[in-house]
Amino acid sequence: MIKRLLTICAATMLLAACETASTDSNEVVGSSSAASSGSDAAASASSNTSDGSTSASSEASEASGSSGSNSADSDMQTPDEMLAKVGSTVYFGYDESTLSAEAQATLDRQAAFLKANPTIRIVIEGHCDERGTREYNLALGDRRASAARDYLVAKGVNASRLTTISYGKERPAVGGSNDTSYALNRRSMSKIN
Amino acid sequence: MLRIYVLICLLVANLVSGIAFSQTTRIDITDGQVARIPIAIADFTGPDGTTTPEGRQISKIISDDLQNSGLFEPVDSAAFINPPSSPDITPDFANWSPLGVEGLLVGSAFFDSENTLQLEFKLWDVVTQKALTEGGGSADPAGLRRIAHKVADFVYVEFTGDKKYFDTKIVYISESGPQDKRVKRLAIMDQDGHNHRFLTSGRDLVLTPRFSPTAHEIAYLNYFNDEPNIYLFEVATGRTEKLGSFPGMTFAPHFHPDGNKLIMSLAQDGATNIFEMDLLSRTTRQLTNTIHIDTAPSYSPDGKKIVFESDRDGGRQQLFIMDSDGRNVKRISYNKGRYATPVWSPRGDVIAFTKMLAGEFFIGIMRTDGTAERLLARGFLVEAPTWAPNGRVLMYYKQDRFEQDGSGGNTRLYKVDITGFNESIMNTPADASDPAWSPLLGSNP
Repeated sequence: MIKRLLTICAATMLLAACETASTDSNEVVGSSSAASSGSDAAASASSNTSDGSTSASSEASEASGSSGSNSADSDMQTPDEMLAKVGSTVYFGYDESTLSAEAQATLDRQAAFLKANPTIRIVIEGHCDERGTREYNLALGDRRASAARDYLVAKGVNASRLTTISYGKERPAVGGSNDTSYALNRRSMSKIN
Repeated sequence: MLRIYVLICLLVANLVSGIAFSQTTRIDITDGQVARIPIAIADFTGPDGTTTPEGRQISKIISDDLQNSGLFEPVDSAAFINPPSSPDITPDFANWSPLGVEGLLVGSAFFDSENTLQLEFKLWDVVTQKALTEGGGSADPAGLRRIAHKVADFVYVEFTGDKKYFDTKIVYISESGPQDKRVKRLAIMDQDGHNHRFLTSGRDLVLTPRFSPTAHEIAYLNYFNDEPNIYLFEVATGRTEKLGSFPGMTFAPHFHPDGNKLIMSLAQDGATNIFEMDLLSRTTRQLTNTIHIDTAPSYSPDGKKIVFESDRDGGRQQLFIMDSDGRNVKRISYNKGRYATPVWSPRGDVIAFTKMLAGEFFIGIMRTDGTAERLLARGFLVEAPTWAPNGRVLMYYKQDRFEQDGSGGNTRLYKVDITGFNESIMNTPADASDPAWSPLLGSNP
């Protein structure tokens, strides 16, 4: 069980790493209005990915670099795998639902992927870290999922292909009560519906 | 079947001694100092005057209730000399005064030829040497614990002047499994942790249960089919029912005191507002209309006001009160920190809440105008206060830190007296969260 947890953790960190590979300035995320909160985790989801295997991350950045290649690759890949390559997860600052530049870049790739695959529908999950009350986090998760959805719609994806669901703090991606985990758990995740 | 009565004939004596009594031992909850009341609880006896197994069990239940309330100190029965063999016999007070006890409870309890539990009790004031109250009742074997709780309630009321709360239940969320795949089940138990029962299988994620005013139904959030919505659970039958279809997630249910209405949150397109549903007609009415997060609504005991949390004022959760039709919204929390999950005391005078400040969580109470804030519990993660029906005790849950390897994270129910004294853990078979205290149970289960 522990082993599996670690695997999930590593995978998520990889995703985070590839999303922010080019700009290591992740600290800026969310600082616009949440900076004063005492328990704000620095939103540095990618800070300790030293164990992320370089081959995997370069593969991912290859895919994200040219989203047009999706259709060529798609013979061998399931839609889930394709979406994972594009980047299914978007991260948020503490008590934030604003989309950082990295988040927007990920959603741009998701929008391109959805346009290239017009039959695919996705559900966007909104998630929170554990440092909030249950009801508020359910609402905040809805806010995050809606922010991601609205961005995709603004980029031309038909709203009827997108649904949202909030899990609040019920389904963390990463275990552990620490700032690194919290940063990875404040997220929206797009999944093939 | 469960029946209990109090004899009227002693009402006069009761009143007389009650007045003298209240001056010496009544507890002032605003004082913050609690001296436990020493009390003797004799084992209940059978028709022949000797202790019965059921009598011993009943005395233990009563003793535990009083002990756990934090307001009584039951004296070890090993120190008893010649306890009366029947509630009809006047005790020899010379044997009881030296123990320093203020009260003596004597009773009989036995199963008759039809396997019905027959119970009588008499509560004596050892200082004045007068009977304070007496009563009796009958129950089938399954009602043994409840009838004992009812007797404990009589003793509690006599000595504290507060209202009853022992004959109540707790519904909560039982938790198991790893942090990222937590299995959550509705579970119910008596206020003292006995008669524990799971109500759902754990297949669907369930959260935030709330009792109806009759305690016959539970409203809760259910992720059935990955469509989170409020459901009703009928305790007697186990029947569940989805409470309407909405264009978004409904959650945070709370019953109106008359049981005919329910308030809840609806999250839609990133905005969360408060709605009221008429449970008879199933029509809904929107009470708040913002682009913010308005949630965790709770009615005042008279149903005329609603307290809720909102981040509308500067982006941080604060507490607000409005009329039950949504008008006259007024912020009440102004101290440092974030405030959440407000619940109105059944007494009407204070509101309990969760507070987040400087990386810590607290349970506290404040007056309905936001003044006189007092914090009663603290921890790494503490939330979800719920009131005992007498407004004297709060229950909530605490979660410890999770370690990176998945260990830690103990999640348990606690309760505390509103003086801040006597914080104690509830026994549950597994991790536990989101408690809701039932109203006083009726005359039938």
